[in-house]
Amino acid sequence: MRALREFTKGIIERNPIFVLMLGLCPALAVSTSVTDAVGMGLATTFVLVCSNVSISIIRKIIPYRVRIPCYIVVIASFVTIVKLALNAYLPDLYKSLGIFVPLIVVNCIILGRAEAFASRNGVGLSFMDGLGMGVGFGLGLVLMGFIREVIGAGELCHLRVLWKGYEPMLVMTQPPGAFLVLGFLLGLFNLLHRNLKKSKD
Amino acid sequence: MDFGELMSIFIGVILVNNFVLSRFLGLCPYIGVSRDTSSAAGMGMAVIFVMTMASAATWFVYNYMLLPNENNVLYLLFRKMIPGITPESFDLSYLETIAFILVIAGLVQLVEMFIAKFSPALYRALGIYLPLITTNCAVLGVAQLNIAFSGQPFSLLKCVVQGAGAGVGFMIAMLLLSGIRERLELADVPPSLKGVPIAFICAGLMSLAFFGFMGLKI
Repeated sequence: MRALREFTKGIIERNPIFVLMLGLCPALAVSTSVTDAVGMGLATTFVLVCSNVSISIIRKIIPYRVRIPCYIVVIASFVTIVKLALNAYLPDLYKSLGIFVPLIVVNCIILGRAEAFASRNGVGLSFMDGLGMGVGFGLGLVLMGFIREVIGAGELCHLRVLWKGYEPMLVMTQPPGAFLVLGFLLGLFNLLHRNLKKSKD
Repeated sequence: MDFGELMSIFIGVILVNNFVLSRFLGLCPYIGVSRDTSSAAGMGMAVIFVMTMASAATWFVYNYMLLPNENNVLYLLFRKMIPGITPESFDLSYLETIAFILVIAGLVQLVEMFIAKFSPALYRALGIYLPLITTNCAVLGVAQLNIAFSGQPFSLLKCVVQGAGAGVGFMIAMLLLSGIRERLELADVPPSLKGVPIAFICAGLMSLAFFGFMGLKI
């Protein structure tokens, strides 16, 4: 039961992008299309789950004072695996994600979960926590990618979805659009939280 | 060395390809530390400093330890011991991510100890921002861009100029946003947009303004 709760908390209640506000750089940079968003979400989830599990296994051996460098090396190793695998099997995705694949190392969600969760909990719970946080991050990316791609290009997964005469708002696929979409989505999440609290009282 | 080319790298990375506003690097400190101008300035100074140093340090590591060439340190070290060895045996470029993050983390520690020892005043101003910089993706980003976006290997000077320019661009973007946010404290913002959401919307408008530099040719 507890494992299920660790999984679901990452999706809405403690969503890494909209509630914890971690990992914002990749969230803005690779949400130009839904395909990129899904790719980045899967890559981050893989690293997050693997690093959470490994850190949870070795948590009792790591000396407290050098724990952060240890975590970083573990995370960087998994990122290198992802980078080589993407380069070999999905070169198009690798190219469009660009430097944000190696930059998964400094994604604060991963180090944050290692420090706050995996270093204190068992392997099973850490696995569920990593999976939940990764899925929450991926869903956030897909939501932003969906809004930006539909409004900015009139497409979804590179297929035309809006009517023929639609003039795409190009700015949405450009950097300013990313900031604006995230700003308004954060506002929306605040509003939802506020209303939820009111209805609970 | 062509001075004009260096100048165009420097200006380009500040205005055209600003690290925060068009490449989305270093957003966490950009939003987190931009609540008032003085802390934004402190963070900006620390980032310029670390980025410049990190560009130089990662250049040396990449060119003399990871790339397989005649000057590879490991090759020079083991050449005598193992006969028939070639530089190609030491192609470690796939380790770049691990190597860079370790170099940056070590460098930040070193800089922190150095400043604490030699300039307590500067340490008091920058001290709390330095540890945060290890996980600032802009620093690792500039190291990656130095090696990724050059057809042929960037020279050391170009890397350092790009690092310093990226830091200056980061500081400018941060100072601008902190000025806006100080005024926003007094503005009548809808309650659910208060704080971070409105900061992102302002950043979006700033990014739109920086679009004006897009066609800049130097």
